Amino acid sequence: MSVNEAAGTRPRNEAVPGAEPIIVVDSVSKSFGPLQVLHGVSLEIERGTMVAIVGRSGSGKSTLLRCINALEEINGGTIKVCGHMVSMSDRASVKRLRSEVGMVFQSYNLFPHLNVLRNITLALTAVQKKSRADADAIAHKVLGLVGLADKAEAFPEQLSGGQAQRVAIARSLALSPKVLLFDEVTSALDPELTGEVLKVMEDLARDGMTMVLVTHEMAFARRVADIVVFMHQGKVWEAGPPAELFADPKTPELRQFLSSGL
Amino acid sequence: MITFSSTHLIYLIEAARWTLLLSVLAFIGGGILGLVLALGRVSEHKPLRWLSAAYIQIIQGTPLLVVLFLSYFGLSILGLDIPPIAAAGLSLTLYTSAFLGEIWRGCILSVPKTQWEASNCIGLSRAQQYRYVILPQAARIAIPPTVGFMVQIIKNTSITSIIGFVELARAGQIVNNSTFQPFITFVFVAIIYFAMCYPLSLASRHFERKLNVGK
Repeated sequence: MSVNEAAGTRPRNEAVPGAEPIIVVDSVSKSFGPLQVLHGVSLEIERGTMVAIVGRSGSGKSTLLRCINALEEINGGTIKVCGHMVSMSDRASVKRLRSEVGMVFQSYNLFPHLNVLRNITLALTAVQKKSRADADAIAHKVLGLVGLADKAEAFPEQLSGGQAQRVAIARSLALSPKVLLFDEVTSALDPELTGEVLKVMEDLARDGMTMVLVTHEMAFARRVADIVVFMHQGKVWEAGPPAELFADPKTPELRQFLSSGL
Repeated sequence: MITFSSTHLIYLIEAARWTLLLSVLAFIGGGILGLVLALGRVSEHKPLRWLSAAYIQIIQGTPLLVVLFLSYFGLSILGLDIPPIAAAGLSLTLYTSAFLGEIWRGCILSVPKTQWEASNCIGLSRAQQYRYVILPQAARIAIPPTVGFMVQIIKNTSITSIIGFVELARAGQIVNNSTFQPFITFVFVAIIYFAMCYPLSLASRHFERKLNVGK
């Protein structure tokens, strides 16, 4: 089974005439108390693309990702995912969002009391009401996709950071999301372990999964992403294909960011 | 002159059955109500949080003795004639639940917020989050303080002698009154209390090892 089949997405970059972007962020603002983190951010993400959001710490990129996934309430603007309005206060809307969007975190956030298999099958049995046997079969498939077929019985504490993060990706993948969000998923890893996680993400991208990642891995973003979005001080400053963006930054802020060697 | 004999020892052991029964009542009643209180304390609903906090404050600020008097004598004045065992069971349940509720609230809060987020993101409902993710992790943390409190409860059941229970401590007094051998009598009382409390500590250590507390 390919990732594509598992995730139920379209092949990568296939033009869908007249189709709405899968994520539409429109003039979103967000404050934490007196601190405004997002200042009217607008962004559209097409199906089957990988979008990398880059920028300095504090530029609001992680907050934007969390707003898209209804982990933070927005103060202004609208967010639409798969054609539905995202609203944290509307339970039905959040429930639908959860069935469409998966998220992977910097700190893996595996459930330490459950083994790898149960980490993956929990939502399959509890939310999707699949039988134990079906759930196990799906779990073994997605573990195979991330190259950890032999770790099903291991507990999270027995895994390396790279393995734990791949299990976290498998856990999201098992639920057949239409979009996967990655929040600095390699930032907590030793440099020699980032490669194995990035490779899994690259495989997913090749198979047409829609992915939005907040990352500091500039080389990876440049090589694999379809669109790179540069955020600075809570706003989108530039967005476009990495070749153009990196070769010819339009704003001094992006030029400075790129030259700072991040 | 009567001296301490096996008859007295058997009498003490028989009285210890009351101590055990009252402790079990306190654990079961207090455990169930305590869990409800702990969940109330961390609930999303403000009135629930407030109610459970108020309950815990009131019971924790009241001596068990007074709670016992109120439920035994107080209720009978109100026309509710309840048997001593019900009054004792009720008081111990109220008392235990207030403390366990607060202990367990702390354990629930000590599960990292990221576990809530991760389980939320895979679509679990709040009840499912508690059942599959939060409470199992909170339970590991809860074992040592819970067992510590249970040992306290076993010893605190002696207070029920005030409404007529001849439990272990009261039986010790009675034996002493007839033998005038306080040292040997109360050494045996202490040994029997220890025999009830020590297995709990052992079980606690066993579960801690099994669940790897503090890792």
